[in-house]
Amino acid sequence: MEQEKEYLTFILNGEEYGVDILCVQEIRVWSSVTELPNKPDYIKGVINLRGIIVPIIDLRQRFGQEPLAYNEQTVTIILRNQNSQKTMVVGIVVDAVSEVYKFDKQSIRTPPTFGNKIDRCFLQGLASIEERLIILLDSHSLLDQNELYHVESKAEEV
Amino acid sequence: MSVDLSQFIPSFLEESFEGLELMESSLLNLEQGDDETINSIFRAAHSIKGGAGTFGFNHVTEFTHLVETLLDEMRDGRRNIDPDDVELLLESVDCMRLLIEAIRDESECNSEKIAENSRLLRQTLASSGSVISEVVTINVDELATENNNDMTTWQIKFIPEHHLVQTGNDPLLLFNALADLGEITVVANAKELPALNDIDAEELYLSWCLTLRSNASEDDIKEVFEWVEDECELILIKEENVKLSKISVDVSSAEGVSDESTLSELCVSSSKIATNTPEPSQKNNVDKPAGKSKNDLGSIRVGVDKVDSLINLVGELVITQSMLSELGNDFDLSKVERLNAGLEQLLQNTKELQESVMRIRMLPISFAFNRFPRLVHDLSKKTGKEIELILKGEQTELDKTVMEQIGDPLVHLVRNAVDHGIESAQVRLANGKPEKGTIILDAYHQGGSIVIEISDDGGGIDRQAVFNKALEKGLVDESTTLTDSQVFDLIFEPGFSTAKELSDISGRGVGMDVVKQNIQSLGGRIQVESEQGKGSTFRVNLPLTLAILDGQLVRVGREVYIIPLITIVESLQPQKTLINRVSGDMLLYRLREDNVPVIPIYQLFNIPCEFEHIERCLLVVVEADGQKIGLMVDDLLAQQQVVIKSLNDNYQQVEGVSGATILGDGSVAMILDVPGIITMALSKAQSNQQNQSHVTPSISAGVIS
Repeated sequence: MEQEKEYLTFILNGEEYGVDILCVQEIRVWSSVTELPNKPDYIKGVINLRGIIVPIIDLRQRFGQEPLAYNEQTVTIILRNQNSQKTMVVGIVVDAVSEVYKFDKQSIRTPPTFGNKIDRCFLQGLASIEERLIILLDSHSLLDQNELYHVESKAEEV
Repeated sequence: MSVDLSQFIPSFLEESFEGLELMESSLLNLEQGDDETINSIFRAAHSIKGGAGTFGFNHVTEFTHLVETLLDEMRDGRRNIDPDDVELLLESVDCMRLLIEAIRDESECNSEKIAENSRLLRQTLASSGSVISEVVTINVDELATENNNDMTTWQIKFIPEHHLVQTGNDPLLLFNALADLGEITVVANAKELPALNDIDAEELYLSWCLTLRSNASEDDIKEVFEWVEDECELILIKEENVKLSKISVDVSSAEGVSDESTLSELCVSSSKIATNTPEPSQKNNVDKPAGKSKNDLGSIRVGVDKVDSLINLVGELVITQSMLSELGNDFDLSKVERLNAGLEQLLQNTKELQESVMRIRMLPISFAFNRFPRLVHDLSKKTGKEIELILKGEQTELDKTVMEQIGDPLVHLVRNAVDHGIESAQVRLANGKPEKGTIILDAYHQGGSIVIEISDDGGGIDRQAVFNKALEKGLVDESTTLTDSQVFDLIFEPGFSTAKELSDISGRGVGMDVVKQNIQSLGGRIQVESEQGKGSTFRVNLPLTLAILDGQLVRVGREVYIIPLITIVESLQPQKTLINRVSGDMLLYRLREDNVPVIPIYQLFNIPCEFEHIERCLLVVVEADGQKIGLMVDDLLAQQQVVIKSLNDNYQQVEGVSGATILGDGSVAMILDVPGIITMALSKAQSNQQNQSHVTPSISAGVIS
């Protein structure tokens, strides 16, 4: 049986999202990036994180929402996958970091099956806490290059 | 035994693979009466058997034992070395590899193939009259041990050399292992023990007399002593008893019906193997190359000299560091000169250290070439073409990562050369060529890269056939005129094969595009030269190392890019009179005799820039694949060595960029992929051209001229 899992939650366009805290490597303030040529606009560029080149993704834009202007309060969450076979590190830009919550498996509900603003592949489930609904993101697909970087093809399939 | 052996399994696997490679290459070179070669094959097989026995991989031991027996007969001159046997041994090497790979992957292996092979081995062994009795003895021994459950009493005299324990062997462990086989009594003989004063604590002065009552065979007992057999005197005496005579009767009666009895025996054992691994997987049989891709064991063998030089360099670095820190303790301006000298020294040290570390990763390309004699041998058998393979430049050193990844593309190219390149013997004779085809694999250094050439003296590429096929596929149209090299490049398009009939070696049209992709992902290029009737040459150009690059830093807008120094022809300030504008927005710059197309990086990459106008910019002329282009940049910055970081790890391949690096200030800069940029610009120009109604001198014309 899977026990309780901790999730780090963050705010994105008024909604609260959660990711598995074991995938969170660190939280950084926004720092300027090096642009990549001919990239989709949700990819802001890359930064140097102690010798590792890490792409930075605006999660608002990745989910098809309008981006916010960046300032000193803009937060980047650095995610690293747990899979030792091939590590992948990526930074996501979010509006603000919220809290850390514990959920056990029973309290996570499956997401509704009809369409929404997020590609459904990123959804792991929904959890509620104090009347609020938290959208839990699937860290596996979030840290999968094929899922994360292929918006267009996904949209076409749907 | 109490020692955890599993930690040694990786080294066993590594050594076994090395041993198998050695066996394979030696088998291919085996000539009649060549003692040294056959000895080395035998030794390799023997140590694999020994290792497998230690770890309890019994099916490997069993199988290898058969191979070893056959080799032993060859070694002793009891058997002539004929090509069929060599072929069988090669097959057996494959089987051993399958078995060992199965251990590595902890998976099932194709037991059918192995059972079949051991059947053949036994048959071969049985077929020669001189060895029947030996084989039968073994079988009878086994029968005796398996069926009769009769105990034999063995007298074992074990007189180890004095230094036995220094080599890490412990007699106690050996005796424990013997005790596992049966009932044992041990009598120690201490008569060689010197006086207490003269005892060296690390020497072993004892010898033993052991009595073992067991149903184990002589081989089983010998196996226990396998690791110490060079370091001791071992006398094995089987006590005379009734059972012994019974066995010898069995032997003599078996001699009469030799073939049937061995055959029945082998049926038993092959079915035994088959039941051990109940799911014979078909996959292994069909998809051999796929299994090979996991060849990397993740370790590397480094010469001691290389390590020593590293240690020296680190020593120097430490000295420099202490000098600098001492200097920094109370620093004043009078010491600036010494500081500069110190920093200079630091630079030197770092550079040397870097070079030495890089050298550790370099391996001679023979590691990649070694598999080809076998491959060509097999393919030429399969296709019925006689082919000679010539390897050249095997000592050329190449980065390990590059080496691992270039293997499969090379295999593909060599297969192609055998299958499509070399014609059948009749055709060759009719064309006045020697009956035997030749394939040459050559490697050499050229500038900062390594070139691998695969050439054959076969039929060459049929230019018209390629062109027609491209027409059919809609890759080109009738009116397009292409140079030879452009036509040959078409064979790298996906799904392109001009083979008239599919064969199981190649020709399904998947492959060449993958080959090209693989090579490009390594930062390399592939070119084809071919002359119909004379043969073709595939030239693969690879960077020596994937880790470090000499680069020119340039600035475009706010971004810094790095252009590999090796591609730069010159950098210049454009003069207005030499700029020609053709077909709308395409710029050509007249550089002496050449017309060089100008590519503004800001346009190509969609980024803001400082100067949009060419006259205010600087032009860096770069060359790749024999084509020159001018890259428009805002400013030239420093030249420096940069460490290449992959974008693929966390992101994906970006067109026009081969990687990224981290600059002195900690920011990230992209490294430009010059050949990639040229392709990008070409395709852009071509799509422009197609949009225009009238055909004007295009970039492609400019590039080709």
